[in-house]
Amino acid sequence: MMRMRHTLGAAAFALLLWHGIVWITDVPSFILPSPMRVARAAIENWALIADNALVTATEVILGLIIGTFLGAMTAIQLANYARLHRLVMPLLIFTQAVPVFALAPILTLWFGYGIASKVAMAILIIYFPVTSATYDGLTRVPTDILDMAKTMGGTKRQIMRRIKLPHALPFLGTGLKLAAVYAPIGAVIGEWVGASKGLGYLMLLANGRAKTDLMFASLFTLAIMTLLLHRGVTKASDHLIAMACDDGMPRLHMVRQDPAQPVER
Amino acid sequence: MTQSPEIHLRGTHSIEGVHLFGPVDVRLPAGQWTCILGRSGVGKSTLLRLIADLAHAGDFEGKITTSDGAALAERVSFMAQSDLLLPWLSVLENTVLGARLRGQKPDMERAERLLDRVGLSHQAHKKPNALSGGMRQRTALARTLMEDRCIALLDEPFSALDASTRADMQELAAEVLAGKTVLLVTHDPAEAVRLGHQIIVLTPEAARPWPPPQDAPVRDQYAPATIACQAALLAHLRQAP
Repeated sequence: MMRMRHTLGAAAFALLLWHGIVWITDVPSFILPSPMRVARAAIENWALIADNALVTATEVILGLIIGTFLGAMTAIQLANYARLHRLVMPLLIFTQAVPVFALAPILTLWFGYGIASKVAMAILIIYFPVTSATYDGLTRVPTDILDMAKTMGGTKRQIMRRIKLPHALPFLGTGLKLAAVYAPIGAVIGEWVGASKGLGYLMLLANGRAKTDLMFASLFTLAIMTLLLHRGVTKASDHLIAMACDDGMPRLHMVRQDPAQPVER
Repeated sequence: MTQSPEIHLRGTHSIEGVHLFGPVDVRLPAGQWTCILGRSGVGKSTLLRLIADLAHAGDFEGKITTSDGAALAERVSFMAQSDLLLPWLSVLENTVLGARLRGQKPDMERAERLLDRVGLSHQAHKKPNALSGGMRQRTALARTLMEDRCIALLDEPFSALDASTRADMQELAAEVLAGKTVLLVTHDPAEAVRLGHQIIVLTPEAARPWPPPQDAPVRDQYAPATIACQAALLAHLRQAP
């Protein structure tokens, strides 16, 4: 409740500041529209914004689902085969050095102006954080646990399923939280390069026609969508963490027991 | 469970050419507790890991044999200092972890009987973080028993417990692991004197036996012979290299 009040307070302050700047500088509305003007543009064009937001949301969610699946699967294979990890990881890191902006025209060329190239952008942008976080979770199981599993005669498959994967869930959750913020960036970049639908497309279109208020309204819609997505993913990953460890901290990392543990009952 | 064998380890261990311990000649008598003490870093845990065939730093030159000639693999169970319970599994599911990891169907009735034996029948469906340290280590003991291996390798399993819980756990472990060949790595002379049929002091040069009191374990910790033995052992350890 307190946090909500602080957030609302900060938003109100930012809006007041924005309004103040517009009022004092008397800047033309096609350069910086007032908050009221942006709100009016949002209301007047709500059907247009919603229609395009739906396209962007579809791209982002598809990218998030496919990217997470591919990232998690890659991490499992890299954790299973150390040689593959030595071979593939430098390549993955190299791909991170290539700016996504530079890839967008190529992806549009390959996958066309439709939704596929934007989903591909979203996948590309989240693939590495998800792979990297999940890989860390899979490979950071304490040695003692793996030693015990070995003396028990555990199979590789069952050790992965019953120990490594549950241990990696909180790490995957962290990767997903990052992915939820990155995926919309990928989709919008894709829309800027070439699209006929989506919030990125609408922003470019509005900007080109000096409808700055509509551009701002689209921008805020995108920001709100990203926030909602981040919140949803945070809830889902918190659930994953709760499943993996009751107290919200990966207890497996505690080698020694807590001296302040509850007394024997 | 098959008959517990005697284990015989002879050899020298070094890490990157630097001598760690040996030559040692250690016999773990069949169905008895052998307690190994020594300064930190002398190689006690390495010795245990050699027998368990677990990854260890350095090179071992020597031989590990059993009295029945059979391999040690799949006859060894392992308990470490931390309880190694998986926090996302209940006490009961942690107890049957071995069968699950082998892809077998676990015998839940037997697991419940074992939990009852270690006094945890009412905690079977709780998660580890709802338990005290002693309860968690008792769950680990039930998990070890569930494996029904004839050799138990214990690497300071009670060292993180408070004194009274530790004493309770020592008695429980001695009772439930009776008849198995047990190797206990410990830093505590009192624990070694209380539990060991045989006590070995490991130094870089050798593994020398230390005479335990005449009576059989678990020994009365207040008995003059026990106290005298642990005092003498402590004095010896303080002089050991």
